[in-house]
Amino acid sequence: MALKTYESEFKIVRDDSKCIACQVCVRQCANNAHIYDAEDEKVYADDSKCVNCHRCVSMCPTKALHIEHTPLQFMGTANWTSSAIRNVIKQADTGGVVLTAMGCDKKYPNYWDRILLNASQVTNPSIDPLREPMELKTIIGKKPDKLEFENKGGKVSLKTHLTPQLELSTPIMFSAMSYGSISLNAHKSLARAAFEYGIYWNTGEGGLHKDLKKYKDRTIVQVASGRFGVNSEYLNTSAAVEIKIGQGAKPGIGGHLPGEKVPEEISVTRMIPAGTDALSPAPHHDIYSIEDLKQLVYAIKEATRYTKPVFVKIAAVHNVSSIASGVVRAGADAVVIDGLLGGTGAAPAVMRDNVGIPIELAIAVVDARFRDEGIRNQASIIAAGGFRNSADVIKAIALGADAVYLGTAALVALGCHVCQKCYTGKCNWGIATQDPYLTKRLNPNIGSGRLMNLLRGWSIEIKEMLGGMGINAIESLRGNREHLRGIDLHDKERELLGIKAAGETW
Amino acid sequence: MKRIYISEEYCIGCRLCEIHCLVAHTKSKKILKAFKDEIPKDATAAVLVEEEGHLSFALQCRHCSDAPCIEACMTGAMYRDKKTGAVLHDEDKCVGCWMCIMVCPFGVTAADPATHKITSKCDLCAGQDSPACVANCPNEALVYEDRENES
Ligand code: SF4
Ligand code: SF4
Ligand code: SF4
Repeated sequence: MALKTYESEFKIVRDDSKCIACQVCVRQCANNAHIYDAEDEKVYADDSKCVNCHRCVSMCPTKALHIEHTPLQFMGTANWTSSAIRNVIKQADTGGVVLTAMGCDKKYPNYWDRILLNASQVTNPSIDPLREPMELKTIIGKKPDKLEFENKGGKVSLKTHLTPQLELSTPIMFSAMSYGSISLNAHKSLARAAFEYGIYWNTGEGGLHKDLKKYKDRTIVQVASGRFGVNSEYLNTSAAVEIKIGQGAKPGIGGHLPGEKVPEEISVTRMIPAGTDALSPAPHHDIYSIEDLKQLVYAIKEATRYTKPVFVKIAAVHNVSSIASGVVRAGADAVVIDGLLGGTGAAPAVMRDNVGIPIELAIAVVDARFRDEGIRNQASIIAAGGFRNSADVIKAIALGADAVYLGTAALVALGCHVCQKCYTGKCNWGIATQDPYLTKRLNPNIGSGRLMNLLRGWSIEIKEMLGGMGINAIESLRGNREHLRGIDLHDKERELLGIKAAGETW
Repeated sequence: MKRIYISEEYCIGCRLCEIHCLVAHTKSKKILKAFKDEIPKDATAAVLVEEEGHLSFALQCRHCSDAPCIEACMTGAMYRDKKTGAVLHDEDKCVGCWMCIMVCPFGVTAADPATHKITSKCDLCAGQDSPACVANCPNEALVYEDRENES
């Protein structure tokens, strides 16, 4: 056996004075990092197997456990960090691609942290959301250029035909995560929370499980390049349909769910034979132009009898504004933009960490372009990728987004500790796995409650921030960049974001 | 009466219920002290996790309304609490004949091999709002509810 020349990333520290050898950690770690020795009546650890998911730490009844980044680091340099060296060694060992999951792990500037919000003082009163009404209701869909009314014998009615719209109780939705990449219990949690809170969840590209059809009025069904589970019934068991062109975590590449992760239930839902690889090609093989995209958009509109809005999701890449403009012209009712920090269940680390542009800039340039071209009303803008808190959300809306999609934040609410090992299928939190021993760890009764708590908490905070700005409806903040100021930003960045510098007055 | 109900689809086989049941029946009720000084090595909890493959559930005394153990007990050690309806065991009266073990259809009473007396029998953690196994189950696989009086 060749010598392994890099050491474990994490160190499992067990406080022997607290360990009662109950073996809860042994049973909870799907990576088999804890081993019970019956002879010694002691639990030992294999550091090399630990992925730092904290499942054992959370479950240990005596709090005897602690996981550390291993103190042993390569000598390295500022640029040759330990992880850079470790990856080169691993690739020299295996000749493979370094796989990872979740969102970008490189320290690019985070613009949310360089944008400050406004508040009212003296000249315009702030509003107390606990005492006065505050509207977060958000309507997604194409808006008409003008409204025409009819007056029939004093009875006024709307003459303009309205295209289908989605109504959200708060400007947040759950983004596409497929059944296959996450468990059915995770889907159940998302669907139920969306249903009860009055927002929408997204099936992702893996089809819709039969048990979730009852949530159809709050479900966005996705059509991606693999077209898994897509038929007319699927398209119609929804509130909206989303065509996925790209994903922020890995723009330009497809997906690959290995056959081992396609058991019976998933095969039925995806409409592919059990045990076969589920391959999503990099492009849609019938879309090579905006005109082709238009054909698919309208094919879906026809198939759903023009009763459902059609979204098109693209990754935020260098030409995002022109692409988004093309998407609107292709007939999309909403453009979803997934930024650099968007997550995934599996991607090559080089793609995740190096491709795309930050969502902040993408929202700003797309919104500005749509306004310039006079098409802003023709489609909603939905932003996705790395929203960590309600302040990120409200800043996105002030930059011009209509609503945001939460992926990672929703998973964290369900228990995810962002260990980034989704692709191993051994998620100890029962989320990114299909192993029946692990999936039952996520109880959808608990999961949906936690998601609703998150939505509630963020909504209250958004109301507080709006009230502080003296605004009583989220609609009045949308694209209202005067409420934002930049700090620690170059002029060009501020120009693209369309915001003044902190200290500048109206 | 309030009973412990099982949702086996959410039991993750962690056995925290067993651990906390043992602790709840010690004098100190403090987990470290209990395991280091109070609980004998081969002690069994009054709740037992049954496991096969990925399926598991935690079973404790069902407090049957027609409890065969009460019928079978010749000394009256096994009795029903008039107020709560729980099936309880009085160790002082127990002579260690194990008839209750023989007749229990769920196999949830256990004897201490040393004293021969019944030492492990769910008492619904008398006096607590919620039995220890229910309170410490991390996944709501055990719930303590009164479903009989539901409308
Ligand atoms: S869960 Fe905690 S107390 Fe139990 S064996 Fe593991 S480290 Fe020890
Ligand atoms: S992988 Fe997770 S459960 Fe296993 S030892 Fe590491 S932190 Fe604990
Ligand atoms: S504590 Fe709950 S989940 Fe864990 S074994 Fe007991 S019943 Fe099952």
